[in-house]
Amino acid sequence: MSTYLPFARTEARTNYLNADYGWKSWLFTTDHKRIALLYLFSITAFFFVGGAFAVGMRVNLLTPEGIFAHDTYNKLFTMHGIIMVFFFLVPSIPATLGNFLVPLMIGARDLAFPRINLLSWYLYMIGGAIALTAIVKGGVDTGWTFYAPFSSTYSNTHVILTAIGVFVSGFSSILTGLNFIVTIHTMRAPGMTWGRLPLFVWGHYATSLIQVLGTPVIAITLVLLGLERVLHAGIFDPAVGGDPVLFQHLFWFYSHPAVYIMILPGMAVISEIIPCFSRKALFGYTFVAISSIAIAVLGFLVWGHHLFVAGQSMYASMVFSLLSFLVAIPSAIKVFNWTATMYKGSISYETPMLYAFGFIGLFTIGGLTGLFLATLAIDVHVTDTYFVIAHFHYIMVGGMVMAYLGGIHFWFPKISGRMYPEGWARFAALIVFVGFNLTFFPQFILGYQGMPRRYAHYPPEFQVLNVMSTAGASILAVGYLLPIIYLGWAWRKGPKAPQNPWNAKGLEWEQSPTPPPTYNFETQPVVTEPAYNYSGESEEVGIG
Amino acid sequence: MTHPVVPIKTYAAVFGALLALTITTVAVSKLELGEFNFVAAMTIAVIKGTLVVMFFMDVRRATSLTKLIVGAGLFWMAILFVFVLSDYASRGWLPGPRWF
Ligand code: HEM
Ligand SMILES: [Cu+2]
Repeated sequence: MSTYLPFARTEARTNYLNADYGWKSWLFTTDHKRIALLYLFSITAFFFVGGAFAVGMRVNLLTPEGIFAHDTYNKLFTMHGIIMVFFFLVPSIPATLGNFLVPLMIGARDLAFPRINLLSWYLYMIGGAIALTAIVKGGVDTGWTFYAPFSSTYSNTHVILTAIGVFVSGFSSILTGLNFIVTIHTMRAPGMTWGRLPLFVWGHYATSLIQVLGTPVIAITLVLLGLERVLHAGIFDPAVGGDPVLFQHLFWFYSHPAVYIMILPGMAVISEIIPCFSRKALFGYTFVAISSIAIAVLGFLVWGHHLFVAGQSMYASMVFSLLSFLVAIPSAIKVFNWTATMYKGSISYETPMLYAFGFIGLFTIGGLTGLFLATLAIDVHVTDTYFVIAHFHYIMVGGMVMAYLGGIHFWFPKISGRMYPEGWARFAALIVFVGFNLTFFPQFILGYQGMPRRYAHYPPEFQVLNVMSTAGASILAVGYLLPIIYLGWAWRKGPKAPQNPWNAKGLEWEQSPTPPPTYNFETQPVVTEPAYNYSGESEEVGIG
Repeated sequence: MTHPVVPIKTYAAVFGALLALTITTVAVSKLELGEFNFVAAMTIAVIKGTLVVMFFMDVRRATSLTKLIVGAGLFWMAILFVFVLSDYASRGWLPGPRWF
């Protein structure tokens, strides 16, 4: 093998990884691929910090009386939520895979604003450092939702510092979104029309719209919270003429759309994996593309479903309930189209595809239970119970984290130039799937039976299901540690990857060397065929 | 770039206008206008915002795409206000007579 010419050439070639050495070449880089790696390592670190808090909670819930004091437990779930949502899930796929792949997929040399891209990473790190400081100084106990008036008046923990951390990192999210929007509008290669964009790019475009339009609102809301806490401005605190429900409106105006920031990029990854391992064009390309935009837009009209029992007018609740049902339609369109893509395809079961299967099943359960919750009468029963916890973990962990891992495996050869060990990876995917379901399925039942969320203690009859959940969490933890180990190994010692190990379509595989050179392409790519042209048709002709 | 440079005088004039409006805001807040205190303060704030967007951010002479983005931002803010206010407006409504 070592005398095989193209391989020898690959070895000698300079790419973005060996173009330059030393810490300065990383910390001052403007290469989107290197920034993607900076993000990758940082968010992985935050993922394990957030995970450590989850371990604390699950250990506490092994017995009805728990082991931590109530105050400590409140801090555990708050810091778990804040780290996982703002410092892991929001940047997870966009800032890593999106950063790496959007320019490659559209045939560009970099993002439109490479230095702003670097700035976004620095803002993320500064925000993260501030939040970690708050944690080290004793933490915060308001829940990731920061509800007033507890956060604005009564909590005696580090609310302001944490809010500043979230505020600063919000700007990193805005800058990423802005960069993607401009890049996708202005830097597509000749022939890369909107109708030929990979759905990964469409998904990131929709995500970016939400980031740019929604994030400023959470920023302002946190500023108002600070004003209220320090100056008693009378915005949220009823004691001085404010309204706490207003806080919930403002918070969820961002945070419901933000849950789509946390799932659209996952859908974007799945839309790439499924055609590749089914050897078929994605079914209903236009519908899937438009449904991403529809989710982004409709997602802004449903936030009131978080306020059903908060004192919101019942007429507003009815409207929000109805609109919440509508937002399920574009999500369902995607699920049906992925399934239809696999129909009669020649499916193979590499690790990314296993994660894609996991995603489809778990996201569907998460989405459908969302509809339960959007039903007024059911929500009154299960709101603030473990049913809600299970609902969103099925989407965020079962969906998004699965998609993230699937994407990391799929593009690992592209990013590192090495192959990962397929057997270990399949084994880890299985462990993650089993561990996940054992952790979170019992929580649906617990919630349905009435176990409230955010309490350190619980009645003894709930113990069996809680022990199951903690057991599942331990398995899940193993499933997450395994990829760190074998991917870390493969990065240094894995076999060299050919340019296109999956025989996948797309500029990043077909026209860019593996790993890519600093400016991505050796010659300007020109696009002459639709996306996912696995059947090899030369023009966009229909069936026939 | 392609557009002519804006004379410093224009920026100075806008800056002066912003200062004057700020003083007006403070002055108006001292008057007892009841509900209209709020209306006045908001009107002045909107005028100030418009000046900043049009002159300092130069949207006045920007491309239609930029204007579209600005418009989308305002529309999104309108969604926030309309839905939140519709909650406040209808909170006191009691269920009507049942006819079924
Ligand atoms: C089919 C679309 C969806 C519908 C109809 C829906 C509906 C709901 C409803 C009604 C609630 C409030 C439950 C309550 O507090 O009583 C809720 C909570 C939640 N949902 Fe969903 N959801 C959907 C999709 C998603 C997605 C895609 C995500 C995340 C990626 C998500 C994440 C969350 C989170 C984090 C909460 C809990 C927030 C908290 O109180 O801490 N949902 N969902
Ligand atoms: Cu929601």
